[in-house]
Amino acid sequence: MDRSGMNVRVMCRVNGANVTIEAHPMMRLLDALRSKLRLTGTKEGCGEGECGACAVLVDGDLVNSCLFPLLHAEGTAITTIEGVAAGGRLHAVQEAFLACGGAQCGICTPGMVLAAITLLERNPNPTEAEVKAGLAGNLCRCTGYMRIFEAVVSACRR
Amino acid sequence: MNYKEYNLIVMVVSTIGQPVPRKEGRAKLTGQARYIDDLVLPGMLHGATVRSPVARGLLRAIHYAPGVPWPEFTIVSAHDIPGANCVTLPPVFSMDAALARTEVIWGDDNVFKQYLVTRGNVDAVWTEAHVIVDGEYETGAQEQLYIEPQGMVALTDAQGAVTVWGSMQCPFYIHKALAALFNVPAAKVRVVQMETGGGFGGKEEYPSIIAGHAALLAWKSGRPVKLVYDRAEDMVATTKRHPSRTRHRTAVSRDGRLLAMDIEFTIDGGAYCTLSPVVLSRGTIHAAGPYFCPNIRIRGRAVATNMPPHGAFRGFGAPQSIFALERHMDRVAAAAGLTPDEFRRRNFIQTGQTSAVGQVMKEPIAMERLLDRALVLSDYHAKRSRFADANRHSTRIKRGIGFATFMHGAGFTGSGEQHLASVVAVEALSNGRVRVLAASAEIGQGTNTIFAQIAAEALGLECDDVEVAQPDTATVPDSGPTVASRTCMVVGKLIETASLDFRHRLETAGLLTSRYTPAEFRAACAAYRARHGDLRIAAQYRPPEGLRWDDQRYEGDAYGAYAWAVYVAEVTVDLDTFQTQVDDFVAVQEVGRVINPPLATGQIEGGVAQAIGWALFEDIVWRDGRMVNAQMTNYIMPTSMDLPPIRVFFEEAPYPNGPGGAKGIGELPMDGPAPAIFNAVANATGLNPAHLPLTPEALMELMEKAEPDGP
Repeated sequence: MDRSGMNVRVMCRVNGANVTIEAHPMMRLLDALRSKLRLTGTKEGCGEGECGACAVLVDGDLVNSCLFPLLHAEGTAITTIEGVAAGGRLHAVQEAFLACGGAQCGICTPGMVLAAITLLERNPNPTEAEVKAGLAGNLCRCTGYMRIFEAVVSACRR
Repeated sequence: MNYKEYNLIVMVVSTIGQPVPRKEGRAKLTGQARYIDDLVLPGMLHGATVRSPVARGLLRAIHYAPGVPWPEFTIVSAHDIPGANCVTLPPVFSMDAALARTEVIWGDDNVFKQYLVTRGNVDAVWTEAHVIVDGEYETGAQEQLYIEPQGMVALTDAQGAVTVWGSMQCPFYIHKALAALFNVPAAKVRVVQMETGGGFGGKEEYPSIIAGHAALLAWKSGRPVKLVYDRAEDMVATTKRHPSRTRHRTAVSRDGRLLAMDIEFTIDGGAYCTLSPVVLSRGTIHAAGPYFCPNIRIRGRAVATNMPPHGAFRGFGAPQSIFALERHMDRVAAAAGLTPDEFRRRNFIQTGQTSAVGQVMKEPIAMERLLDRALVLSDYHAKRSRFADANRHSTRIKRGIGFATFMHGAGFTGSGEQHLASVVAVEALSNGRVRVLAASAEIGQGTNTIFAQIAAEALGLECDDVEVAQPDTATVPDSGPTVASRTCMVVGKLIETASLDFRHRLETAGLLTSRYTPAEFRAACAAYRARHGDLRIAAQYRPPEGLRWDDQRYEGDAYGAYAWAVYVAEVTVDLDTFQTQVDDFVAVQEVGRVINPPLATGQIEGGVAQAIGWALFEDIVWRDGRMVNAQMTNYIMPTSMDLPPIRVFFEEAPYPNGPGGAKGIGELPMDGPAPAIFNAVANATGLNPAHLPLTPEALMELMEKAEPDGP
C-alpha cells in the first residue's frame, strides 16, 4: 500500500544538527533514526519498550525510541549514541565503560550509556540503589550489570 | 638501541594477565560497531519465514490469501531448494509422553540418543549402604535472550556464488549448510560474521537455517535479502536450553563416603534431533560432578517430542545435571548426618583418581581449598547459625545460605577436538602489524582482546600491534565453532603456537635476535615479506600428549582440562509473597591462568546473572507446543534491580596445554548458581525445592504441598 500521501515533514535537531525527516507520522523514531538518518548506533532489542537498547535522549529525557512516534519529535532536540563522543573525544561514561568492562557484546551499550549519562546528570553522586534504579529500564544479558555499576561509579569520580 | 625503546621492552614484559581494554570497545561505545541489522545493500528486499502453527501435522497445500499482490513477492518453498533439504522430519509434549510411546515420532522408541556410563557395580552395594537417598529434579527450558535478535543478509550471483553476512557463533557451520543447500562447491560460499550482539549458544546452530532462508530468497529474487527476526519470532522459533529430569539414587557408607551413584538423566530434545546427542553427552559426563565414587551408573537419554527443538545454551547439558546433583548432595549429606561441606570434603575427587567415564585425573585439583575460601568469603558458617536462630523467630522472612561445588570440562567432549582439527594463522601485514586469523567469533566474551593478548605475549609485542581479523570464511581458516569454552583454551593455544613459530621463523631467517624492540620486529617482518612475498604461519590442533578417548566405549579423557568452582548463595525468602531474593553471591573458581581480569570477571558475573534468571525467574509458558510468552514483557530476565552483588575470585593454577596457562571459562558460571540458590532456599525454609525455575507461584505450591492443613 502506498502511504506516501500520509507522510509528514518533521523538523528537529539530532546530535546538534537540524534535520527534516519526511515519513509517516507514526513511524517509530527508532526507524526514522536508523533508516532515514542512517544513525544505526540506536539498536532494536524488543520493540516493546522493555529492553532499552533503543534509548535516546529527547529534550534531555531518556526515551525508548521504539515507542516514540516520529510526529512527537517535531521541534525537539535528540541525542543518539553517535552524538555523545563530541569531536571524537569519549564522554567520561564511555571512558569508564571501556576501562571497567561495562560493554561486552555491545548491543545494549548505546542505550545503557545514555541511561548512565542521564542518571549522572540528574544525580552526580548516586547511591548504589540509585544506580540500580537508574539503569533498571535497560536490560543487559552479558555482564550481569556489575561492571556497568562499577563504570557508573568510576565515571562519577572523573 | 635508544633509551626510549629500551623502556618499551621493559614495559612489554607481559600482556597476559593485564586489564587490556576490549579491542572493539570504542566502536561499541560510540555506536560505530556494525551489526547485521545495520547492513543495507542496494536494492535489498526484506524476507520473512512462515511457519506451521501446529505442533505435528502434514503439510497438504499452501493457500495464498486473496487481496494481496502476490506477484510483488518472491516466495520460496521446499520445492525451490536446489541442493539437499537436509532437515529430516521425524503431538508429543512431554518427556513422559515420549517415553510412554503412545505416539512414536522418532525411531521406534522416541529416543534420539542414549548413553550408558558404568563404573564398578552399583547393584552390588545397595545392601551394604549406611543410607540410601533417592531424589528427582527437574529443570525448565531457558531462552538465551541475547539482546540482538538473530538475522542474516544474503546475496547470490549468476555464477552460483552465495554470500551471507550475519549474527553468528560458527561461520563454518553456516558455510557447510549453504554448500549442501545449494549443492555448490565450498569455494562458492562465503560467510561473514558481523558484530554479534550476544550468543550464549543460541547462535551456534540456528543461524544456518536463517542463512538458508535468506539465501534461497536472494537466489530466487536475484536481489540481496535481509532476514532479521523480531523478538517474538526469535523467541518462538529458535532453540532453547533443554528441559531435563534427573533421578538419583545414592548409597553412602557409615564413614560418609559415596558408595554408589545411580543416575538417570533425561533431556527433552524437541521435534528435531539437532545438537541433542552432544548436549546429552556433556550433561551425562558432568552428572557425577567433582566426586569420586567407585560404583557409578549414569543413563542419559535425549527424547523426541513435538516441542520446538532445544539446542545449545551456555553449559550445554551440564547445568541441568549439575543442578540435580548438587541439590541432591545436600540431601544426601543431611541423611548421612554430615554438614554439606564436610560431606563434600570426604568425597571430592583427587588427583590420580578415576572419574565416572574412566578419566584418570592428572591435573592438580584444589576443591578443598576453593571450598575453604568460598565459605570464608561468604561468612558461611556464621551466617548458617545466625539465620537458623533468626528464622526460629520469624514467620514471614526466612533467610538461608547454600552452595554448590562443581567442575566444567573445557573444549569439545572426548575426541571432538581431534575431529575438528582446528586451524588458525598469524600473518604479517604491510602496515607493519601482525594479524590473527581465526573463525572464532567475538560475541561479547572478549575473543578479539584475548587473541591479541595471547599473540602479543608470544611475539613480544604490545596488544595494539596485533589485529584480529573479522571472521570471514573467504580469508580465515576454520578454527572451529565458538562454543564449549574452547575459544581461549583450544583456539588460543593454537594462536600461541602459531605466534611462537612466527617469531622463530624470523629468528631462523636471521632477521630477529632474542631481544628486540617493536620497531625491530616490524623491520624484520618487512624484510621477510620483501624476500618471500608474505609471512603467514598456521597452526593446527594436535591433542596434548597422553589424551585418549574411546568413542565406541564412551570412555577415557573426556576433557583436556576442567575448571573447578565453589559458588555460595545467600537468600531471603518472603513467605507472604513467596519471592526469593538473592542477597549475596560469592563465586570462587580455578580456571587456570586468567588472561584478562576484567573480561574474565565479566564472564563469571554475566554467567551467574543468567543462571540466577534460570533458577528463579525465567519460565517459558508452552501451549500446544508453542512458546506463548515470547516477549520480554512476560519472559522475565534479571534487571539491574534483581541481582545481588556478585563477588568473583580466581585461584590461578596454570594449565600447561592452555595459552599462558589458561583453561576454559565461559560456561562454568552457568553451572553452580541454581543449585547453590536452591540449597539456600532449602536451608531457609526446610523445604525440598527440586523443580526449576522457583518462581513465587512454584514456591507457593511447594509450600502448600508441604503443609496440607494450611496455616
